Amino acid sequence: MALHSPDIAWFSWGALRGYPTRTVLMLLAMAIGVSAVVVLTSLGEGARVYVIDRFASLGTNLVIVFPGRSETAGINPTTMMGETPRDLTLDDSLALTRSYKVRRIAPINVGAAEVSFSGRSRDVVVIGTNHQMLAIRHWDLSQGKFLPAIDLDRASPVAVIGSKIRDELFGAEFALGEWLRIGDRRFRVIGVMGSKGRSIGVDVEETVMIPIASAQQIFNTSSVFRILVEAKTREGIEPVKQFIIDTLRQRHQGKEDVTVITQDAVLETFDRILGALTFAVGGIAAISLAVAGILIMNVMLVAVSQRTAEIGLLKALGASPRQIILLILAEAMLLSVLGAIAGFLLGQLGSWSIRYAFPELPAYAPVWAIVVALAVAVVTGLVFSLMPARRAARLDPVLALSGR
Amino acid sequence: MIELTEIHRDFQVGDQQVHALDDVNLTIASGDYVSIMGPSGSGKSTLLNLLGLLDRPTSGSYYLNGQDVTSLTDIEQAQVRNREIGFVFQMFHLVPRLTAAENVELPLILAGMPPDQRRVKVGNALGDLGLADRSHHKPDQLSGGQRQRVAIARATVTEPNVLLADEPTGNLDHKSGMDVVHILEQLNQRGITLIMVTHDPEMGQRARRQLRMIDGRMQSDHQNKSRIEQDDGSA
Repeated sequence: MALHSPDIAWFSWGALRGYPTRTVLMLLAMAIGVSAVVVLTSLGEGARVYVIDRFASLGTNLVIVFPGRSETAGINPTTMMGETPRDLTLDDSLALTRSYKVRRIAPINVGAAEVSFSGRSRDVVVIGTNHQMLAIRHWDLSQGKFLPAIDLDRASPVAVIGSKIRDELFGAEFALGEWLRIGDRRFRVIGVMGSKGRSIGVDVEETVMIPIASAQQIFNTSSVFRILVEAKTREGIEPVKQFIIDTLRQRHQGKEDVTVITQDAVLETFDRILGALTFAVGGIAAISLAVAGILIMNVMLVAVSQRTAEIGLLKALGASPRQIILLILAEAMLLSVLGAIAGFLLGQLGSWSIRYAFPELPAYAPVWAIVVALAVAVVTGLVFSLMPARRAARLDPVLALSGR
Repeated sequence: MIELTEIHRDFQVGDQQVHALDDVNLTIASGDYVSIMGPSGSGKSTLLNLLGLLDRPTSGSYYLNGQDVTSLTDIEQAQVRNREIGFVFQMFHLVPRLTAAENVELPLILAGMPPDQRRVKVGNALGDLGLADRSHHKPDQLSGGQRQRVAIARATVTEPNVLLADEPTGNLDHKSGMDVVHILEQLNQRGITLIMVTHDPEMGQRARRQLRMIDGRMQSDHQNKSRIEQDDGSA
């Protein structure tokens, strides 16, 4: 005697419809559990992707060099002798181009200066760099050209300005070709940056870029603040890092007095932290799923005792214990599957709302979270209804039918 | 053919051993019409449940159509129940959310019969009992007599050999009760073994064979030949 699956589905569906309040409440509990997982993980995943994107916009295969050893803190022989780390120079930067694994480099100097044009002025972050900067940072230009490809140590009175600076200093006027004043020097505007490139640390809309030699003159320094080095390949990052350390040690009389960080390391750390966060948040939400599972058990227990007579009758009509278990499990499965689907839709609606409210946050629930939420919903539904189902199967039909 | 030999059924109630059935020996021929009477607690319902394989004896043997059914597994017993035994209850026990037709269909569903065959059988069973126009009504839209007729249709749709009726008229007014008894007797005349537990002497005396139980024992076993002749004469 085998029950036909459409018959099982029909019978379970009928049982669920027979007790609408109970069914709706159960579905709600299940749906809230699943949608909590979907929404919370989509939030976590959105935050992760958002941060990673920000870092990725720093550039690809990037190695960043800055002066000083960040690892050696506290008192050591160097501090006793009053020696300070050697500055990075433009010659250092030049030396770093001499590896076939290096695609491009861009030395940077950063400082604040007053920028003015026909009576309007404001303080602006001025970046001194070279022509490679645009490609390394994946920035785009909206007008004109970027900095010219000239020798690093040659100053040139040209400037590329951010779009916000353009709006504030020039208003509706045409900025290209105009002369503006940075500190006490005059620069001609040769380009305007596009709006893309809002990355960590720098907002290109509000910066002015000039050749690095010119910046050194304005800030009266001969040092370089950072050197960005782009390796040709991802695999090239580590050799390039070693090459930089070796080269600069040689140039600095055998002292390793620079810090070299790879963007990958930073990215990986953030990726791990935020990934773990998503996982934790998802786990917390999964607890609500387990609660929904226990709720299913309670409700199925009530359902079994509510329908004692019906189960007794099924036995009298020739239902085997296995068939009774099958019917009760099918009912619980139907409940949890419908609840899971409702929760999935509700969760997608929730993450859609988050994306709608915060367009910059790509709040999409990760596939693993959706799969896990649905699986946990169905499995808890099944596991927690096993006990009520077995109780039903063991029910004494004589007592059940007498209504005692 | 039903053969009970030295059947005992003991219950534990608190620390007291209750002998619901005490050494019952009984043979019922196929197609017989048997009523079981007796006061409450005399064991007549226990006997009926035992005959219907809803309960197992503490000791003794039960042969149904030559097969020892006490040694069967739960699953095998369920199959025997489904194929060979029909139940009619005092409380009807219709599933309230299902229509009359769906209630009648239940045992066929449990037997795993394909839907198109089921539909024909359900239609015939309801038609035989004059319920064709009630097949899509829910139990609460039916009168008591109609409900019991639906229950009888459900009990007979699998064409069992034995029909067990536990106070089938107990919840009905006199007229509907008589209707139901007439239906059961017609089924018996077509060959089904009818075993009916009742309180009501008027109903019990209609049976061809009347058993009376007291304290778990068979007190009397009475063949009522004249009654059958009368019945046949009037039919």
